[in-house]
Amino acid sequence: MKKAISLSVNGVSHQHEVEPRLLLVHYLRDVLGLTGTHIGCETSLCGACTIVVDGQAIKSCTMLAVQADGAEVTTIEGLMKDGQLHPMQEGFWERHGLQCGYCTPGMIMAATQIIDRNASPSREEIRHGLEGNLCRCTGYQHIVEAVEYAAKKSAV
Amino acid sequence: MNEDQRLQTPDSGPQTSRYVGQRVKRTEDPRLIKGLAHYVDDIRLPDTLHVAFVRSVYAHARITSIDTSVALKAPGVVAVYTGKDVTKIGPVPCASALPGLKVPDYRVLAQDKVYFVGHPIAAVVARDAYTARDALDLVTVDYDDLPAVVDVEAAAKGGPVIYETFGDNIAYKLTAGEGDIDSALAASDHVLKQRIVHQRLAPIAMEGRGVLARYFPGEEELTVWSSTQIPHLLRTQLALMIGIPENKLRVITPEVGGGFGSKLNVYAEEALLGWISMQLAKPVKWIEGRRENIQSTIHGRGQVGYVEIGCKNDGTITGLRYDVFADLGAYLQLLTPAIPTLTGLMLSGSYKIPAIQINVTACFTNKMSTDAYRGAGRPEATYVVERAMDLVAAKLGIDPAEVRRKNFPAADEFPFHTATGLDYDSGNYEAALDKAQAIIGYAGLREEQKKARDEGRLLGIGISTYVEICALGPSQAMPAGGWESATVRIEPTGKVTVLTGASPHGQGQETSFAQIAADELGVGLNDVTVIHGDTGIVQYGIGTFGSRATAVGGTAMFIAIQKLKEKANKIAAHILKADAASLTFANGRYSEGTSSLTIQEVALAAHIAREIPPDTEPGLSATYFFEPKNFTFPFGTHIVVVEIDKETGDIKFLRYVAVDDCGKVINPMLVDGQLHGGIVQSMGQALFEEIVYDDQGQLVTGSLMDYALPRASHIPWLELDRTETPSPVNPLGVKGVGEAGTIGATPAIVGAIVDALSPFGVKHLDMPVKPEAVWKIINGAR
Repeated sequence: MKKAISLSVNGVSHQHEVEPRLLLVHYLRDVLGLTGTHIGCETSLCGACTIVVDGQAIKSCTMLAVQADGAEVTTIEGLMKDGQLHPMQEGFWERHGLQCGYCTPGMIMAATQIIDRNASPSREEIRHGLEGNLCRCTGYQHIVEAVEYAAKKSAV
Repeated sequence: MNEDQRLQTPDSGPQTSRYVGQRVKRTEDPRLIKGLAHYVDDIRLPDTLHVAFVRSVYAHARITSIDTSVALKAPGVVAVYTGKDVTKIGPVPCASALPGLKVPDYRVLAQDKVYFVGHPIAAVVARDAYTARDALDLVTVDYDDLPAVVDVEAAAKGGPVIYETFGDNIAYKLTAGEGDIDSALAASDHVLKQRIVHQRLAPIAMEGRGVLARYFPGEEELTVWSSTQIPHLLRTQLALMIGIPENKLRVITPEVGGGFGSKLNVYAEEALLGWISMQLAKPVKWIEGRRENIQSTIHGRGQVGYVEIGCKNDGTITGLRYDVFADLGAYLQLLTPAIPTLTGLMLSGSYKIPAIQINVTACFTNKMSTDAYRGAGRPEATYVVERAMDLVAAKLGIDPAEVRRKNFPAADEFPFHTATGLDYDSGNYEAALDKAQAIIGYAGLREEQKKARDEGRLLGIGISTYVEICALGPSQAMPAGGWESATVRIEPTGKVTVLTGASPHGQGQETSFAQIAADELGVGLNDVTVIHGDTGIVQYGIGTFGSRATAVGGTAMFIAIQKLKEKANKIAAHILKADAASLTFANGRYSEGTSSLTIQEVALAAHIAREIPPDTEPGLSATYFFEPKNFTFPFGTHIVVVEIDKETGDIKFLRYVAVDDCGKVINPMLVDGQLHGGIVQSMGQALFEEIVYDDQGQLVTGSLMDYALPRASHIPWLELDRTETPSPVNPLGVKGVGEAGTIGATPAIVGAIVDALSPFGVKHLDMPVKPEAVWKIINGAR
């Protein structure tokens, strides 16, 4: 019944036998103990569970762990390099892009994709890029500023 | 008192304000942006069992049988509990006591009947969450369908009765206000009437509710981790419900992913999880799904009312009456019946209105309970008053800004007594209006609007000059204490620990409280740690809601610090062999002449206790419980410009200007964040959000697919500014800002849309204003 999967998460290889129906987000949280990725709706509508799989920001609450077999996965826990915050994490801190913090990991992961695809996005492009992620606290304005900060910082 | 004096300490000269008033980055953030914070579901205990709930699919039905036998045989299922198993758990509490209030017996699992879709019927306990969810389908419940009571006005008038013992569906009726409203309206030149709907909303904190409970059978102690805004009040209520001594129960609120009032409550699931853990002597966890969250976490608003406003030909308001039907839902949660009374209190808005009356008819319906959702009764009041002011302006042909200005109390009329029985602490409403008008270029805007109309474009300007009630509140006005507590300690190594009874959940008080403490004690911001949300560590507190944490909890901390400094001053004088009265304290240092000691050195001496005055206790800590003498009343002006697409009915924001006055500002960045969030939730109510039950009481908007929330692309750039009128109610001069945006914004947005559509004869629109409704108006008029 269980199926063997092998994947890389934040640069570390993992092999596990998992139930075919196990959601990727539960694999990350319950099997690997990476609880930084949150669940907000279980239906792909809120984006709290956004992670990066093979370079694409995806919602891990509607992807099965077995579908990630062979993939390279990055979660919020894998964003720092050499003990330094990723510019996007720094931007959220500098510009007060979070309050309760629950949507934040997904929001940051989605936002990294925005600047990966477009080094200097306009405010409208940032808002469009964040459409799949809900935040109930910030009203998004400081998040838009956080992404602008990260874009500038990454361009340096 | 001027502001300098306000921030002085009694025993010293003015402190240099290094942190207060600055845009200090949040100390909470590193753990959150790294994904290393712990919400309830992130806490992992070995051998944890998982709970899932069988919930009613009917709005109103008699349960004829429940068969749990198949579920109990399923591999991995440990237990299934139904209503008959949990009769020893006390009812879910309602803290509001109103004269004549009918209180249904709210058991933690349904007994013989279900009263709303989502009503919990059975709790399934299993080895993991997937197994628990699977087993839900193995529990068979048979129902006899009963007629559902859905519409609140119909509920008041008769028809099917939900609770036969009550005789009707009316939970309570209440009339309040001052002045002779009948004479006032009769003597008016005009009386304008409007039916106003405040649709039901779902708070939708991004983290739903969640509970982890662990019973220690040897110690006979229970620990409950819950995503709540009120850890101490929850502990008291859970102790009473479960029947465990309060001093054997510890409630911990780890990181809380948003509340907005929805976690200012005591829920059936919280008691059940604690009780189940005691039955099984294992940790048990329940994490609410989004569908459950929309079904069975409290809703907000849910009022249908009729406003009558009287005015003179010159625009002077003479009186206001509001007859409101409040849709309470099936049961009374913690503050359910109190919310309409807050609406009544705020019906004077920011105006001099000599006679005001509210008539509340609060009704049971077969729906989830309503309760406090961001603003909690005040957005309703503000919406009523501001929409009514627009009606007056339209009737008299006076600019909406000028009608408002004409009825403001002047800055020197504060404290200002309202006909709703309140005394507004301080205010300068005209200054905020002037500033907002200047920023947006109001006069020019009206010109632009005229031009746009000539070109056939639909441009609308909306304005709201709101006031709200914060810093809840004096204990006399609160069901369970309105004070807040703080303990401040300086540890032997000089680190400062603040324990606050407030329980912030995203607002940033770990930072803003540390800013105040660091300035007052002259230590570095990083020397201060603010601890909250653990009844095992923190002295009893009330919690975070009603925009109270800084105004009440921050003040408790401020005064505790003054007490601590009095003691430190004595010890410092003793060590320096100086006169206590002649010591100066500046930048964290006690000095006289050339000799000095830092307060952190004093802390070490206080703990070693060899060099302290003989009449002084060792250690350096102080606790204070602050009881405010009044509420605080923040205010402001929001002005919105919208343009409507005639082809699609789409509503586009062109400008949004908000000038808010929340008293003294500790951290402008956090204040901006609170306002942004509040305004956007308000946009949600104005344009998108609506809990819909069909006429059978089925929840139609049960997922985020159907319940529309504001997204990043919907929102205009918000232009914020401030005026700063300190509150005299507390020594910090702060008022509160958590709910201001939600209270001030809605009427401005709807007002702008109505203004844009006024060429079609539109005077009012019900929320959420959808493009479809707008399109119909435009096309019906063609």
